[in-house]
Amino acid sequence: MELTMAGALNAALRDSMREDDTVVVYGEDVGRLGGVFRITDGLQAEMGADRCFDTPVAESGIAGTAIGMALYGLRPVVEMQFDGFSYPALNQVISHVAKYRNRTRGHVGLPLVIRIPYGGGIGAVEHHSESPEAYYTHTAGLTVVSPGTPADAYALLRASIALDDPVIFLEPKRRYWLKEDLDLPVTAPPIGEAIVRRAGTTATVIAYGPMVTTAMEAATRAAVESGWDLEVVDVRTLSPLDMDTLVASATKTGRALVVHEAARFVGYGAEIAAELSERAFGYLAAPVLRVTGFDVPYPSAKIERHFLPDADRILDAVARLLEY
Amino acid sequence: MSVEVSSATSGPSSFPGLSKAAWQDVAAEGALSAAQAHDVDLSDEQLRALYRLMALSRRVDRQAINLTRQGALGVFASSHGQEAAQVGSVFALDADDWLFPTYRETVGTFARGVDVVELLALFSGSWHCGFDPYRYRVAPLTTPLATQALHAVGLAMAARIKHDPIVALTFFGDGAASEGDAHEALNMAAVYSAPVVFVVQNNGYAISVPFRLQTRTSSIALRAAGVGMPGIRVDGNDVVSVYGAVKTAVDRARRGDGPTLVEAVTYRLEAHTTADDTTRYRSDDEAAEWRARDPVEGFLRVLREGGVVDEAFLAEVDAEGEATAAIMRDALFGAPAGDPREMFDHVYATPTAQLEGQRALLEREMQAAEES
Repeated sequence: MELTMAGALNAALRDSMREDDTVVVYGEDVGRLGGVFRITDGLQAEMGADRCFDTPVAESGIAGTAIGMALYGLRPVVEMQFDGFSYPALNQVISHVAKYRNRTRGHVGLPLVIRIPYGGGIGAVEHHSESPEAYYTHTAGLTVVSPGTPADAYALLRASIALDDPVIFLEPKRRYWLKEDLDLPVTAPPIGEAIVRRAGTTATVIAYGPMVTTAMEAATRAAVESGWDLEVVDVRTLSPLDMDTLVASATKTGRALVVHEAARFVGYGAEIAAELSERAFGYLAAPVLRVTGFDVPYPSAKIERHFLPDADRILDAVARLLEY
Repeated sequence: MSVEVSSATSGPSSFPGLSKAAWQDVAAEGALSAAQAHDVDLSDEQLRALYRLMALSRRVDRQAINLTRQGALGVFASSHGQEAAQVGSVFALDADDWLFPTYRETVGTFARGVDVVELLALFSGSWHCGFDPYRYRVAPLTTPLATQALHAVGLAMAARIKHDPIVALTFFGDGAASEGDAHEALNMAAVYSAPVVFVVQNNGYAISVPFRLQTRTSSIALRAAGVGMPGIRVDGNDVVSVYGAVKTAVDRARRGDGPTLVEAVTYRLEAHTTADDTTRYRSDDEAAEWRARDPVEGFLRVLREGGVVDEAFLAEVDAEGEATAAIMRDALFGAPAGDPREMFDHVYATPTAQLEGQRALLEREMQAAEES
């Protein structure tokens, strides 16, 4: 059946809750309303208010209580309403969510998921289009996941809820309405594995989350417009990163770029570029390029299209890769 | 700007004896009542148990300070003067209840039953808390202020969801009460009627900053009214009153009637930590006033007057204290640093390829160092 990413996420939550009665879902407006993006639609009605409930407006409280719940054997899945409002919870996430297993010498793992709708492209007001992935991937102990397709949204959220470690689950909100034909429960490679979404030979385009669609669009256009055969790799799990798949692809094509919405400076792409230059140096015909947002606060909705990487910006970078 | 507030040091100091507790309640409109006396049902055996824990706590605390001066511990945050507030609180818990302490609650955590050597791991410079939280139902001593209060609320919410009749008790201080997490924890506990007891040890100072610069009000307990839960202000140096107040709160939580905020007014007789210097921010006279209200000595005095303890019992407690101190010395002097390679083991349930690579690098470095 045809399902949007939002629908796939909703189905993943519902199926996880049906299978495991220790799974609880909560956050701001997730209960009666079903979430501002309706990702939790219908869950309270089906599962009851003990297992899907609204909270006071207190993001640190949401993350902090999730720690206590996980400590007591539940599997909380909590929602930060928007990327820009997840920051009050950073102290809990960095000081405790990420470190509790280590702080207790392995005695206490925290099986919890923090879902964050992230990224731009929906014409939102300020503080609603942030890409905070580097904050989380820089923090040891977190597993950071971002799906690029509805099928992955379902499979990766199910896997995140089942994982015995805490997961930051970054949902590309501009792709909530992206559709795919799915038979649930869909299966996919596990957390920690990247996927080659489109095999190619000219150059490797590495993307995740909202940029997977953009990268695929660029590859389709490149084939028609320029005769380039681009390989698109979807990172899927930002941490721990499946560097082997990325190295294999870059080694094969000899050219690679990484694309993300987040700012370029000390961004996630810098890590991938550095690792590729260490591990595939002898195979690369060109330096690894980054196609990113600019190093500015996220701009206004009216001009965000000038900020966001699109197929053109990717194809310009491919042309530069081919100049070497 | 002038700040007119009553000092935290003018606590509700009415010691009502061995069978009575006294505390002030926060009325619904948000004002403190006069102290009321309440009956406390403590047998002589329980009173002796309380004294034993306080005396041992005092000895453990002194030994930890000594071990820090001698270099066996990196730093230590003393509970000297706060034994009644901590021991009286944890004494009100049942076996299945949970405790969420901070670094200030070493003796409360000790009194709760955590092995004294294990619980000093934090201060010995270890990267982990030293004990299995599930074994003792005690969370790690936590240093980011007030963060653990939310963990207590979450655990209590989970217990309610599972219909387990347990209570979570969390400590924090007058300084931590200014943190956003303290407010979020109080508010969420009240909203969900979570079985939590918040015990604020108001010891007058956040390192050097006095209570009057944390709040314009005279009491942390007043905040209970703002979130819709009962608030209690109690003499934190009177162990029977602390026990009585916290037991009332624990019973209420266990009945399903929700959380309580208990403010135990006390004083930190030692410095913030062994790295702190109190002469820069407070007077000897002030400390002397509180020394005269020493919670351990004061309790011993009334136990003696009441004929609850005899010299043989006190000698036994002394001997146990010395034995405990000896255990601490033996275990903590020259304690091994541990295997550095273990730093990779507990970051994730299963170490990642990235961490395995870094472990191999460290392994090579250690081997090279050994060979040279």
